[in-house]
Amino acid sequence: MAQATQVVEKSEAEKGEVILSVKNLNVEYRAQRGIVKAVRDVSLDVYKGEILFLVGESGSGKSTLGYAVMNILPSPGYIKSGDIVYHIGGEEIHILKLSPNEQRKFRWRHVAMVFQSALNALNPTLRIWDQLYDTMQAHLGHSISKEEALEKIRYLLEMVRLEPDRVLKSYPHQLSGGMRQRVMIAMALLLDPEILILDEPTTALDILTQKNIIDLLKSIRKKLGLTMIFITHDLSLAAELADRVAVMYAGKIVELADVYTIFYKPKHPYTYALIKTIPKLTSVDEKLYPIPGSPPDMINMPPGCKFHPRCPYAVQRCAEEEPQWERVDDGHYVLCHRWRELMLGEQ
Amino acid sequence: MPEPLLELRNVSKAFRVGAAFLGPKKWARAVDDVSFQLYERDTLALVGESGCGKTTTGKIAAGLLKPTEGEVLYKGKDIWKMNRHEWREYRRSVQIIHQDPYASLNPMLTIYKSLSAPLFRHKIVETKEEAVDKIAELLEMVGLTPPEDFIWKYPHQLSGGQRQRVVIARAMSVNPKIIVADEPVSMVDVSMRLQILHLMKDLQEKFGVAYIFITHDLATGRYFASDGRTAVMYLGSIVEYGPTNDVILNPQHPYTKALLSAIPEPDPIKTRQKKPMQLRSLDVPSLLNIPSGCKFHPRCPFYKPGLCDAKKPGLIDVGGGHMVACWLYGE
Repeated sequence: MAQATQVVEKSEAEKGEVILSVKNLNVEYRAQRGIVKAVRDVSLDVYKGEILFLVGESGSGKSTLGYAVMNILPSPGYIKSGDIVYHIGGEEIHILKLSPNEQRKFRWRHVAMVFQSALNALNPTLRIWDQLYDTMQAHLGHSISKEEALEKIRYLLEMVRLEPDRVLKSYPHQLSGGMRQRVMIAMALLLDPEILILDEPTTALDILTQKNIIDLLKSIRKKLGLTMIFITHDLSLAAELADRVAVMYAGKIVELADVYTIFYKPKHPYTYALIKTIPKLTSVDEKLYPIPGSPPDMINMPPGCKFHPRCPYAVQRCAEEEPQWERVDDGHYVLCHRWRELMLGEQ
Repeated sequence: MPEPLLELRNVSKAFRVGAAFLGPKKWARAVDDVSFQLYERDTLALVGESGCGKTTTGKIAAGLLKPTEGEVLYKGKDIWKMNRHEWREYRRSVQIIHQDPYASLNPMLTIYKSLSAPLFRHKIVETKEEAVDKIAELLEMVGLTPPEDFIWKYPHQLSGGQRQRVVIARAMSVNPKIIVADEPVSMVDVSMRLQILHLMKDLQEKFGVAYIFITHDLATGRYFASDGRTAVMYLGSIVEYGPTNDVILNPQHPYTKALLSAIPEPDPIKTRQKKPMQLRSLDVPSLLNIPSGCKFHPRCPFYKPGLCDAKKPGLIDVGGGHMVACWLYGE
């Protein structure tokens, strides 16, 4: 297979230094019917300069994990246990141990977020200039002059391919969806963060605009060497942009590997089934297979492996015992009792 | 050629928008001169980006909106000139499935209540016992088995995929000939989408229903309408139309080409090798200010001044029923 040669190509980042460590993280939501264990004992290292995708369906815990690393979980969510450590400027920063004020300063300065709906994230009554300048002032106070701020803002708007003169004077509603999303990206970059978290930043956009934002993110990464954590349900976006992919299901990462391994040599039955269930745009005569059943009820989860009720390869053990994280290869991990014998992705 | 079940003839729909009190009234032409035919057991995918008029076209086909110009014919009869009996028959025969399975079921009603209402309304059943039996049969048909586990539940007790199955059961309950499915899987989780698509295909096999499948997702549209036709819409008009695989694998209109070149695919090597087509502008013109001539001309890389901005191209057959509205072809 011609693809095999490219599969060995590993992301640069993988050999690099760790910028963020999530350790044994548990996140819960209190709901009427009981406790939702949204993220269950997840550990993950993020490397400096990489684009890491958290991929999963609704309820998989991908967004919860993304919000938890900034410690901005919407109520009634809370971090039950675990640690989140940033390695920035030679220091180890445990964000959960910082005071609320220190956390506020840390966020946006070191780790910023781009939300799904830029229309809701921007204040409709403020001009773009005021929003951007206020954000800078709130974090930097008067240590930055208005002229310096303007220079920085212009630089960033040009980088996201907007015309500063026109955009700065506009109110959010005067801009198209794609332009607003580009403003949001510029805003997230205002304080030169090391890490950018993007939560479905292109889902609400048109196809051609989405492509434009993807290309923009590629060029920003090249230019600034940012680390990006990209949260999405869309596997095609991961194929397009990711260095590494973490596939989530029922609150756990079930498979983690570089993007080529995830797509061409997946080991987890869920990853394997997911790729075989998406309609393809151009391939001819490829048979698709539906995945039976529904994702589990997060309050009343099945015992053992949470995917076993839908898994064609499940055996007794899968229903009784939750699998442990196993190493397949360098940088490739899987959460499945049977990955070795199944030999998925080997055909 | 058999008689079409449903036909749209040069249909347009303009909406009045803007502040009628404070300023001049403006008209937004959401659908502009759209024609197509739908036959029994047929599948037509209407694809395009948001605002292209695909949903409005679907509503016109289902009789939920009256076109400002043109005709909608059901079994050869203009639906807006039908008598009460014919209208009832038409409305029963054309059902619509909406995108959001959370919004299309009343959260206060059990599945029984939601499904029994149309059965009583169309006098398909008369007693509660008959209704329960019929609903059990419908739930089984859409794969919600055993039906006793579902019939007395409320929508919030079901997953998104299960709700969409209930919505499909409700549409099928009145024995329709046509289902207008507006983004039926876009709010269903990825792992359950194919189940729903296969279910809809099975119902077509068994009962001969025809589908108008509306989607922004060209890959899903291609899969669902692989043995049918696809119409690509842009700013209210069909710009390309034909057998699905001809349109998707061998696109001719610059807009279709641009779209297909921009869509990421779930294959890292393939998608990273795609060469996106460069457009002259990324901005989609407003419906209030539609460009003259070919509506795509301000963005099109093949724009010919004096032609594309002056004259509107009509659909031309480039072979085998593959129609394209572009001055690169014909004239």
